[in-house]
Amino acid sequence: MTTTAARPQIRESSASWRLSDRIGLAFAWLLGLMFLAVTAGIVLYMMVQGIKYISPTLMFTSPAAGFSESESGGFLDPLLGTVIVALLALVIAFPIGLGVGVWLSEYGRPAWLARLTESTVEMLAGSPSIVFALFGVLLFEQGAVGFLSRTNDGVVYGRSFLAAAAMLSLIALPLVVANVREGLQAIPGHVREASYAVGKTKLATTRRILLPAARPSVVTGAMLGLGRVIGDTAIIVLLLGATLRFNGAGDIPILETLRGTGSTLTSYVYANAPTGEANQPHKAYAAGFVLLMMVLLLNFAVDVAVRRGRRMTWAS
Amino acid sequence: MLGALVCGVLAFVLLLIVFVFREAWPSFQHNGLAWFGSGGNPDQQIEKIFTSGNLLQEPVYTFHAWPIIWGTILVTGGAVALSFVAALFVSVFVVEFAPEWIRRILEPVIRLLASVPSVIFGLLGVLILVPFIGDHVITEGNRRSVSYIVSLSGYSLMAGVLILSLMIAPLMIALFADGLRAVPRGWLEGSLGLGINRWRTFWKIGVRTARPALVAGTVLATARAIGEVVMLAMVTGGVAFAPNPADGLIFFVEPTRPLAATILQTAEELTSPPMRQTIFAMASVLLFSAVMLSLAGWAIKQPMKRYGVRA
Repeated sequence: MTTTAARPQIRESSASWRLSDRIGLAFAWLLGLMFLAVTAGIVLYMMVQGIKYISPTLMFTSPAAGFSESESGGFLDPLLGTVIVALLALVIAFPIGLGVGVWLSEYGRPAWLARLTESTVEMLAGSPSIVFALFGVLLFEQGAVGFLSRTNDGVVYGRSFLAAAAMLSLIALPLVVANVREGLQAIPGHVREASYAVGKTKLATTRRILLPAARPSVVTGAMLGLGRVIGDTAIIVLLLGATLRFNGAGDIPILETLRGTGSTLTSYVYANAPTGEANQPHKAYAAGFVLLMMVLLLNFAVDVAVRRGRRMTWAS
Repeated sequence: MLGALVCGVLAFVLLLIVFVFREAWPSFQHNGLAWFGSGGNPDQQIEKIFTSGNLLQEPVYTFHAWPIIWGTILVTGGAVALSFVAALFVSVFVVEFAPEWIRRILEPVIRLLASVPSVIFGLLGVLILVPFIGDHVITEGNRRSVSYIVSLSGYSLMAGVLILSLMIAPLMIALFADGLRAVPRGWLEGSLGLGINRWRTFWKIGVRTARPALVAGTVLATARAIGEVVMLAMVTGGVAFAPNPADGLIFFVEPTRPLAATILQTAEELTSPPMRQTIFAMASVLLFSAVMLSLAGWAIKQPMKRYGVRA
C-alpha cells in the first residue's frame, strides 16, 4: 500500500480540536478496541470451553443414542462427515469456478453474456443458503437423479452426502470465481503478449503462463470457499438427513457412504445446543471448538497464500 | 468449451429460480396479496396446512405471514443499523487513525470474525447471551405485564439483533475500508493543508467521497442478514410472534422468528404437499429480496467506478 508510506509521521495533538471532533475520534478508538476485545473474547471463550470438554475418546468414538453425556458417544462421524462434505463440494465447485473465472477474465465474449454471468455469480453470493437447500430437496427427489441417494419402493429419499455437497458447492462457487478472476486480471497484458509473441496459443498461454502465475489467488479462492462450506449448517440440516452416524445406502463400499446420510460438525453442534434435539452443551462446545480450529487453520492458510502472492511482482 | 460451462451454470441458476417459484405458486395463488398481510397466528396456520396435507383432505392454504415478515424486518433492520454505525467508525479507525501495530492485529481479526461459522455464534448466543437477557435484562414486572400474550424467556429480538450485527459487521468493515482507502490522497492533503484537523478532514472528505461504497456495503450486508438462518433459529425464540413497538421497551426482549429461521424449523414438514408449497413460498420471498438487493448493490456501485474504485 502506498498510502501507508505517505502517512505523516508526526501526529498533531488532538487537544486543540473542537469537542465534537475529539468525541468522534474517541468513539472510533473505543469501537475499534471493542471490536478487537469482542472477537478475542469469542475465540478465547470457545477455546477455554473446548479444551475443558474435549478428549481424544470424544474425537474417536462414534455418536450413540443416549440421554446423558456419558452415554451418547463422541463425534467421529460428524468430524469425518465435515471432511467428506468439504472435499466433495470443493471437487465440484473448484473446476467449475476455475472455468467460469478464466472465461470471465480471458474470453468474456459476447459482452452481454459476460455481464449476465457476472451478475448471476454475484446473485449466488447474496442468496440465502436455505433457498439452495430447499432447491436441493426438490431437485434430488426427482427420479432421474435417484441414484445419488437412497431409494425405497421407487420413492427417492433425496438426502445424501452427494446431494448436500452439490448444493454446498453453490455457496463456494462465487468465492472461487471472484478470486480466480481477480488473480488473472492482476497479471499485466504484456505478459500475455510476450507469450503470444513466442507462438503460444491462447489456450496454452492460459494454462502454462497465466494460471501458474495466478496460483496464490486460485488457492485463496478455494480456501475461502472451503471455509464457507465447512461453516454452513442450513444445507446440511436439510440435505444430509438427520442421522448422527453414517447411514449408508447400497453395498458398494465408498459409494455407499456418499449415497447415505450422516452429519457434520455444524449439524452436530446445532443438534447438541440447548435448542436442539440432543441438548448436550458440553459436547456442542467440544465440537464447536474443533470446528473453529479448522476454520482458524484455513484462515491461516489463506494468509500464507496471500503473502506468497504479494512477493511476486511484475516488472512493468 | 468454457463458454458451454458458463451457459451450463447460468441454466442451472435459471432452473433453480424457476423450480422454487413454480413450487411456491399455489400458496400465493390461494392467498393472493393477503399472504403478506396479517391475521391469525402463523404457527396455527402452519399446523392446519400441515395436517390437511396428511389426512388426504382438501388442502388448506390459508397463510398470513405478516408476523414472520415483520420479525425479519425488525431483526435485519436492527442489526444493519447497529452494525452500520459500528462498522463506519471501525473502518475509519482502521484506515486512518489506528497505529500501525493495532492495524496489523485488527485486519486479520476482522477476516477471522467473518469466517466464524454461524452455528458457533448461535451456540454462544444460546448459552451466554440468552440466559443473560433472561436473568438481568427482563424483570419480573416485565414478564407479568405481557404474560397473557407471550412469555419472555430471554430468547428475543434483542439477542438476534446483537449477534447478527456482530456477524455482518466484518463484511461491512471490509467493504467500507476498501472504499475509504480508494479516496484520492490529494483531496485529503488539500484539506489538511488548509489547516483542518485530521478527524474533520477524514469525516468530511474521506467518508463523503466513499458514500457509494458505504451504501453498497450496507446493501450486501443486508442481503447476508436476511439470509442468516441457523443463528437466528437458535436465539430468537422460535415463535411466530410480532414484537409490538407499542409495548414500550419490552418490545426488544419479545421473541420473534424471521423467515429463514421459520423455513429451517418447519423443514421437517416438507412431506405434506400444501405445507411444502407454503415453505417454498417463504423461500421465494427470500430469494426475491436477495435478487433485488444484489441488483441494487450493482446499481449503486456504478457511480463508484468514476472514481476508479474497484469493488
